[in-house]
Amino acid sequence: MRENEAYQASCKERFFSEEENGVPIARAVLVDMEPKVINQTLSKAAQSGQWKYGQHACFCQKQGSGNNWAYGYSVHGPRHEESIMNIIRKEVEKCDSFSGFFIIMSMAGGTGSGLGAFVTQNLEDQYSNSLKMNQIIWPYGTGEVIVQNYNSILTLSHLYRSSDALLLHENDAIHKICAKLMNIKQISFSDINQVLAHQLGSVFQPTYSAESSFHYRRNPLGDLMEHLVPHPEFKMLSVRNIPHMSENSLAYTTFTWAGLLKHLRQMLISNAKMEEGIDRHVWPPLSGLPPLSKMSLNKDLHFNTSIANLVILRGKDVQSADVEGFKDPALYTSWLKPVNAFNVWKTQRAFSKYEKSAVLVSNSQFLVKPLDMIVGKAWNMFASKAYIHQYTKFGIEEEDFLDSFTSLEQVVASYCNL
Amino acid sequence: MTQSVVVQVGQCGNQIGCCFWDLALREHAAVNQKGIYDEAISSFFRNVDTRVVGDGGSISKGKICSLKARVLEDEFPEVYRFVTSIYPSGEDDVITSPYNSILAMKELNEHADCVLPIDNQSLFDIISKIDLMVNSGKLGTTVKPKSLVTSSSGALKKQHKKPFDAMNNIVANLLLNLTSSARFEGSLNMDLNEISMNLVPFPQLHYLVSSLTPLYTLTDVNIPPRRLDQMFSDAFSKDHQLLRADPKHSLYLACALMVRGNVQISDLRRNIERLKPSLQFVSWNQEGWKTSLCSVPPVGHSHSLLALANNTCVKPTFMELKERFMRLYKKKAHLHHYLQVEGMEESCFTEAVSSLSALIQEYDQLDATKNMPVQDLPRLSIAM
Repeated sequence: MRENEAYQASCKERFFSEEENGVPIARAVLVDMEPKVINQTLSKAAQSGQWKYGQHACFCQKQGSGNNWAYGYSVHGPRHEESIMNIIRKEVEKCDSFSGFFIIMSMAGGTGSGLGAFVTQNLEDQYSNSLKMNQIIWPYGTGEVIVQNYNSILTLSHLYRSSDALLLHENDAIHKICAKLMNIKQISFSDINQVLAHQLGSVFQPTYSAESSFHYRRNPLGDLMEHLVPHPEFKMLSVRNIPHMSENSLAYTTFTWAGLLKHLRQMLISNAKMEEGIDRHVWPPLSGLPPLSKMSLNKDLHFNTSIANLVILRGKDVQSADVEGFKDPALYTSWLKPVNAFNVWKTQRAFSKYEKSAVLVSNSQFLVKPLDMIVGKAWNMFASKAYIHQYTKFGIEEEDFLDSFTSLEQVVASYCNL
Repeated sequence: MTQSVVVQVGQCGNQIGCCFWDLALREHAAVNQKGIYDEAISSFFRNVDTRVVGDGGSISKGKICSLKARVLEDEFPEVYRFVTSIYPSGEDDVITSPYNSILAMKELNEHADCVLPIDNQSLFDIISKIDLMVNSGKLGTTVKPKSLVTSSSGALKKQHKKPFDAMNNIVANLLLNLTSSARFEGSLNMDLNEISMNLVPFPQLHYLVSSLTPLYTLTDVNIPPRRLDQMFSDAFSKDHQLLRADPKHSLYLACALMVRGNVQISDLRRNIERLKPSLQFVSWNQEGWKTSLCSVPPVGHSHSLLALANNTCVKPTFMELKERFMRLYKKKAHLHHYLQVEGMEESCFTEAVSSLSALIQEYDQLDATKNMPVQDLPRLSIAM
């Protein structure tokens, strides 16, 4: 019981501040250029009766950004800079031990992407000593927004300069998890968001600070960045967690740490998005020898090389879990020793409904292929100059596009050459 | 919530506009039972009656004014200008309609952000289809009167006195569906400015073919998923288009699907995957789909779909317009009526037709790329 209280207290302290009547207030600032979604969000939170958003923690306008990155970045940004930064400042001042920012945004639209990039840049200018991690939603490959590839490359190239780490979540991957693992028939965005929230929770909920300690980690954001982003050229992180199940299936399944970790490791090296349909025919290269082929974007079958990995384990008998498989030097690039490249956080307390669960946060080649695809599609569209007038209208010129392409080709090349 | 001002011009415009306001109020009344002037309704209506808020009093109607597209652009450059324009059919009762159309086209070309061309023949065909359905007397099939895309808000009779009433209601429904995502909540909102952003790849090419479905709902309450997929198929059938054109055999530059009702992202994605193979998209926009999900369906339906296609199939419409114009203009028939008006000169006509010719040429160039294989272009190479 004391254990549980300590967990709750740690969680509360990190994510919430308190009002006089004891209702926790999320340490959050909400920004949007049109009011419908924020209004919905505020009332949903208040409905729970257990927590809410701060009264003055929102910034809203009426007109939206029209899916236009340039509008979000060059028009809304400067226009509302002062108001938005003021709200953020007030929230920061409420913290006793402030470590950094977690910025949640999409890259396909106009506000999250363009204004999100602008705000991140401002945070870099005004809070240069604080950490910034951007959680970015990678859009479905098809059918959300036509100009999503333009918006994505502009967002990623800008964030690469001003953010410390990019935690990327792919809609396509989460959609498959909902369909294949959770057995949801008519998948809604609400379902997608639940899975996302679960993934975030499994990473950022309290964890013990050391192997045998019983104190919760005070600065998970800082620790995570320290472990996973040793070099500023390599900032793309992704999350894989296991298991994912519907309530019904859960009742009939038992898990072992050995089983979970074996799946997770194979997911890592074969670049699988979830724990079904994992390619068993991918093996790490024999230790001591260079990988059989440098990563080729055309081959489907290749081995996913990592820079650094963090595995977080939660649940019963966690101390007995054996993670040796993740320390194999063959999994990593040659320029970090496995003892530095791999970390594990173990916590006895279970997360959500899973008796045992594991999550892998990885800085590896996971996202190279999706990134390459987005750059390719954006490039083809750019060659025909389609939609460019919509951006130049608001101050984003062809040179800005070219700069973005150059930065991202660099990132793709760097990761490919690991 | 963004607010929109509707500018209704001329007899046609005003008659359509009139239907629109009635239907819009009906739609909001269905959602807002107490008649309170709320956020959603403020997108189209000003609250003139100051007693209303919190009182449940009566809802006031919107006010309109008449200006032209060019003036709107000068006065309000940042505001998006959407135009639904009725194109004359072949057998037109107005002899000089080709002159009017060409002159109007020039303005639309230069000053509108988006144009939704509609022809009367298509509207008439839709009505005929509905009348056939309603009067077929098939056993057990009764149509919900309010669900007819041709019904006006007060309609209790299934027969229409004048076909123009029914036709205008179709266009009014188009406008409602166009703006539904801006007025009501949903899991994937789409504002009018997003339509323009995603569907207009080059400034001149801003003509969108619209399709509305369903045209009616049967009183059968059980709507299995098959019917939902049928709705998507219908949106790509010529029977539901508001312009006579053949998008399936032409080239898509972009396509938007605005869905209303209890439809989720997985339904949307499934149907796009299903329909994609039969449609040809331009090489640089192979995945050119823009989508929106609005939770509130239209009155009388459980779900609906408005498809807007930027497709080279509008070219024949413009070519026909140009031909009819040239037939009149070559003989200088009726020209003096126009030239008598101050500010009108022959150069207005020549500029207008050359503007239209340039537009047709742009579509030609795109059509030429139609059956070429799609190739990835060489990328920037980085020195490591």
